[in-house]
Amino acid sequence: MNMNTAFQGSENYVASAELMRSVNIAIALQKPLLIKGEPGTGKTMLAEAISKSLGKKLIIWNIKSTTKAQDGLYVYDVVQRLYDSQFGNEGVDDIGKYVKMGKLGEAFSADEQVILLIDEIDKADLEFPNDLLWELDKMEFYIPETKETVKAKQRPIVIVTSNAEKELPDAFLRRCIFHYIEFPDADQMKEIIDVHFDNLEEKLLDQVLETFYWIRGVYNLQKKPSTSEVLDWIQALILGGMKPEDIDKKVPFAGVLLKKNEDIDTVKRYLK
Amino acid sequence: MFTAFFYLLRGRGIHVSLNEWMSLLEALEKGLHGSSFTGFYYLCRSVLVKSETEFDKFDGAFLEFFKDMPPTDELPKELLEWLEKPKDKPGEEFDMERAMQNDLIDQIDIQKKFLETLEAQKEEHNGGSRWVGTGGVSLYGNSGFSPRGIRVGGEGGGRRAFQVASERKFRDFREDNTLDIRQYQMAFRKLREFSSRIDEARTEFDIDGTIQETCDNAGSLQIVYDKPRKNTVKVLLLMDSGGSMDFYSRMCSALFQGANKANHFKDLQVFYFHNCIYSKVYTDPLLRPRNVVPTEWILRNLSSEYKVIIVGDAQMEPSELLEPSYYNYGARDEVTGLEWLKRFKDKYPHIVWLNPSARPLYGGWWAKTYDVLHNEFDMYPLTLEELQKALKKLMVNK
Repeated sequence: MNMNTAFQGSENYVASAELMRSVNIAIALQKPLLIKGEPGTGKTMLAEAISKSLGKKLIIWNIKSTTKAQDGLYVYDVVQRLYDSQFGNEGVDDIGKYVKMGKLGEAFSADEQVILLIDEIDKADLEFPNDLLWELDKMEFYIPETKETVKAKQRPIVIVTSNAEKELPDAFLRRCIFHYIEFPDADQMKEIIDVHFDNLEEKLLDQVLETFYWIRGVYNLQKKPSTSEVLDWIQALILGGMKPEDIDKKVPFAGVLLKKNEDIDTVKRYLK
Repeated sequence: MFTAFFYLLRGRGIHVSLNEWMSLLEALEKGLHGSSFTGFYYLCRSVLVKSETEFDKFDGAFLEFFKDMPPTDELPKELLEWLEKPKDKPGEEFDMERAMQNDLIDQIDIQKKFLETLEAQKEEHNGGSRWVGTGGVSLYGNSGFSPRGIRVGGEGGGRRAFQVASERKFRDFREDNTLDIRQYQMAFRKLREFSSRIDEARTEFDIDGTIQETCDNAGSLQIVYDKPRKNTVKVLLLMDSGGSMDFYSRMCSALFQGANKANHFKDLQVFYFHNCIYSKVYTDPLLRPRNVVPTEWILRNLSSEYKVIIVGDAQMEPSELLEPSYYNYGARDEVTGLEWLKRFKDKYPHIVWLNPSARPLYGGWWAKTYDVLHNEFDMYPLTLEELQKALKKLMVNK
């Protein structure tokens, strides 16, 4: 494999060896990479890191519950055209003027290879991934209005993230390379924190990690804190000027780590 | 020979398709495993397995297949060579069936045969099914594909791929584990049937249709309405509560919450009973008399479209199920519990039974009511995989 095109992580994203492997497999096989994992393990960040590390443009398609596959391809603005036609504006007979590319269309028509992030694909309707099978396979689609076929000039690198809220259809899965981001262990977490904070006091870091993994281990938490929360927490601890000794006894700013009142109560109860 | 791995995976319940297999071969051709065995493991996993719930099954199958590989991180040459130029492989194809037969031979026999074979073998031999050598499906040698046997030669060193696979750290994700609330919720999402063919007025403004019609009509406005698309699934949940079910109360409350939070049902009705359904059921799990509902009321008022889920361990004193005289919590009548349950089955074509408990091992008297109910209903154990099967069953038109 050409080293220039291989993903190696980036300066503020620590990727595990397995993750890098999966990314490079997906790139080499030209298949979408499906990323799953606990919330806050950096699924979305990954695409940014790949884009930075390979120096390619990133196009993000955020999926909502109302998103339809068609939205990603193109939108034909019929209403605008109708409106224009009533006032006899120029160019009404040019349908192409009213066809606007969606994110997928944008990625296909880019001159250079881009990274396309389809974020949280499980948010959409159950059938959504199925509607994109052909487009992602062949990297092309047809616009009946203009009788045009939009074909990718350079196959984009497609990253798909999912929070497993919905089961994805088999046909879609079969076309993907799959990677599950495991929750980082203490050593990896240290590395991740190092990337985000310069000159963090060693003692503070140790205390933070110890307390953090202890809290994650507390039975019956409704939402376990994750990487993004621990980063915020460290920020809060630094700004609040907390002494390392106090961290595991009092768990200051617990609200940054735990997002539910019940969880904060649970943790406080175990502290006493 | 390598295809045996494909069939082993499928045999172990990982639904690898031919497409994925071809992708794997393509990836190997491109050298994406970086000629290391660990790389090979991750490559296989990321291309062939599409859910973390299947990682454990995959690890198991991988170990099973490759456990007699030489203990080295390098991918054995013969595998690579074969993959690169499969035509050039000397001799006939490996007889994987024969390799699998080796699995049945016990260790003492293997040792005995090994000594005999050493006596008889006079030359180097690679890739067969009998002699000591590398590759092949023989019981002896290294790098072979026999599931059991004696390793001859081969270096010590890092067995990284095996270490990873043998940690089996994705065991918790297996779908046949029992469940938490979120998993229930996810499972219940399967119960949906979107339809715009419901008996409702065309009330939803259809923008696309309106625009289309208006355009077709040369720009003069033509408004179109459509029926709303809604989930039409109605669910009736009947849960056993108290007594022998206390043991499973956490599981059942999770199931209840899962169903309750899956707010996409058109209607969800939940009732509780103790042991078996008789003439009365209750709206709270404590079965308080003021929350009583006549079972007849349910049968009369909830139409047969309801999909019925009964949750219970199906274990009780046989007379509680089979005899009419049983004094069932304030309701004395001449109808047996089984008869009540059959009435439900007759009325509701979509009905399943979820059982948090397995059939009693000791059988006999203890298993009697279990067996009767198991015969009568589609009964599923309360694990994610089985729940999904049960829900699928509910969705199928009989």
